[in-house]
Amino acid sequence: MTTTSPTAPPVETSRSVPQRVRDLVARVTGDEKHDPSAHSTLDVVWTLYDQVLRVDPARPDAPDRDRFLLSKGHGPASTYAVLAAQGFFPTTWLDDVASFDSPLGHHPDRTLVPGIEIGSGSLGHGLPLAVGLALGLRGRSPARVVVLVGDAELDEGSNAEAIQVAGRFGLANLTCVVVDNHSDSLGWPGGIASRFALEGWSAAEVRTHDQPRLTAALRHAEADRPTVVVVDTTPAPTGNPDPTSKEAA
Amino acid sequence: MTTLATAPALDLRTRFYEELDPLLDAHPDVDVVLAVIGSGYMARAIERHPGRVIDVGIREQALIGVAGGLALAGRRPIVHTFASFLVERPYEQVKLDLGHQDVGAVLVSAGASYDVSAGGRTHQSPADVALISALPGWTVHVPGHADEVAEILHREAAGTGRVYVRLSGQRNSRPRPVDGRLHLVRDGGGAPGVPLVLAVGPMLDTVLEATADLPVRVAWTATPHPLDADGLRALAGPAPVLAVVEPYLEGTSAAAVAAALVDRPSRVLHVGVPGETELRRYGTPRDHAAAHGLDAAGVRRRVTSLLG
Repeated sequence: MTTTSPTAPPVETSRSVPQRVRDLVARVTGDEKHDPSAHSTLDVVWTLYDQVLRVDPARPDAPDRDRFLLSKGHGPASTYAVLAAQGFFPTTWLDDVASFDSPLGHHPDRTLVPGIEIGSGSLGHGLPLAVGLALGLRGRSPARVVVLVGDAELDEGSNAEAIQVAGRFGLANLTCVVVDNHSDSLGWPGGIASRFALEGWSAAEVRTHDQPRLTAALRHAEADRPTVVVVDTTPAPTGNPDPTSKEAA
Repeated sequence: MTTLATAPALDLRTRFYEELDPLLDAHPDVDVVLAVIGSGYMARAIERHPGRVIDVGIREQALIGVAGGLALAGRRPIVHTFASFLVERPYEQVKLDLGHQDVGAVLVSAGASYDVSAGGRTHQSPADVALISALPGWTVHVPGHADEVAEILHREAAGTGRVYVRLSGQRNSRPRPVDGRLHLVRDGGGAPGVPLVLAVGPMLDTVLEATADLPVRVAWTATPHPLDADGLRALAGPAPVLAVVEPYLEGTSAAAVAAALVDRPSRVLHVGVPGETELRRYGTPRDHAAAHGLDAAGVRRRVTSLLG
């Protein structure tokens, strides 16, 4: 598990996320104050469901659906909001998250929520599961597997195992999105993307507010290797710089 | 069953490797997942089923995570390595990537308890059955004969559940029914109040030798979890005197036995690998069985103490 520092850096969400979806996120978090863990993923998750993934809320178990795995399960508010906005379940579910009778918890459970592909919360499980899922679907289904992890989540060694296996096996139907809000404890000298590239992945780095590039990167796939998209959620240096943005937890 | 050109192996682990090729033929949704260990013994299966024997290298977290992902894709993973690296090292993956995702897999371990006696503690996992049994929804098979291994594998490959199959270097001289039930092997003269000794898996021949001249009945099962409670109650009678002999951590089945017998007065002895101290010795599995009191002489001492 991780903790979120009160001094976590500001998160810049693009204007491409409709206000109605932002309102749904606010219904989950219970106030207007942005929870960095939830909101850092909102651009990515919305773009995936709005522009990239082939999914049908009416058929959440369709065998050839694309899979989105939220590995960073401790920030599910934006995923819940997007799934509700897409019609996977009623928006009223967002109003009592984590109550005893609610299918929506602070960490999602795939057996309780239509559209949630894995139960997550303990860090470092989504990417290995995504590798197995991509292996199982490869050659049998046109489905893509997209897994979202956090930069701090990459601290877990299980991810290193999965990055290596996916690269060696050339899992072209796998995309890993690393939402980089610079909250990892010890840093990644040389950058996150280079670690994937060294293991045989196609690597792209984008800023979360750069909607055209984000969409293009999430749509991109190679014929013979998995793809990583490292999404920096901090404001662009030329945009609205914040000198405290390194005070991440 | 596929007819083999040569006589099937008697060693449980060798039989598992032999059975994989016909198993992959018979079950198109089965994939085998390895972390190096075993890959050198299944050349025919690897050659005849490209892409269906997946070796992730020495990465046991990925071993279970990949298996969970395969199951989410509708595959039926058979996952194999030594028990210590299959159950203990990736225990959270077993809990979450299989159990919490509510998907199934067949985990097949080698190196039961002290099979790797010369390897020391790093390669021994006598708590494996206790650990697996502590998680919801698992079935544990502890076969005592190679033919039982083949039957269990083919049945479970066709299923969807979470299954742990524990392959031991120790084995019995003949196969028994592996239907999940308790079976009476020796009736002890038929008197209903005669004490009962329940042998699990490969302990049967040892128990039969140990109790050959003792006034006891002997029952057997290859499936300690979930325990056949109805079968135990029927065999144990109204006031049981019972010894449970397991080839792994002593008392692993104690809670299940107590629950089965809660409605009657009973005296129950659990015999297994002691958990309080670590045996820092090498030697042979036979040496370790003797040191743990799990050879025929040791089992006889313990059962006699119950009878006295």
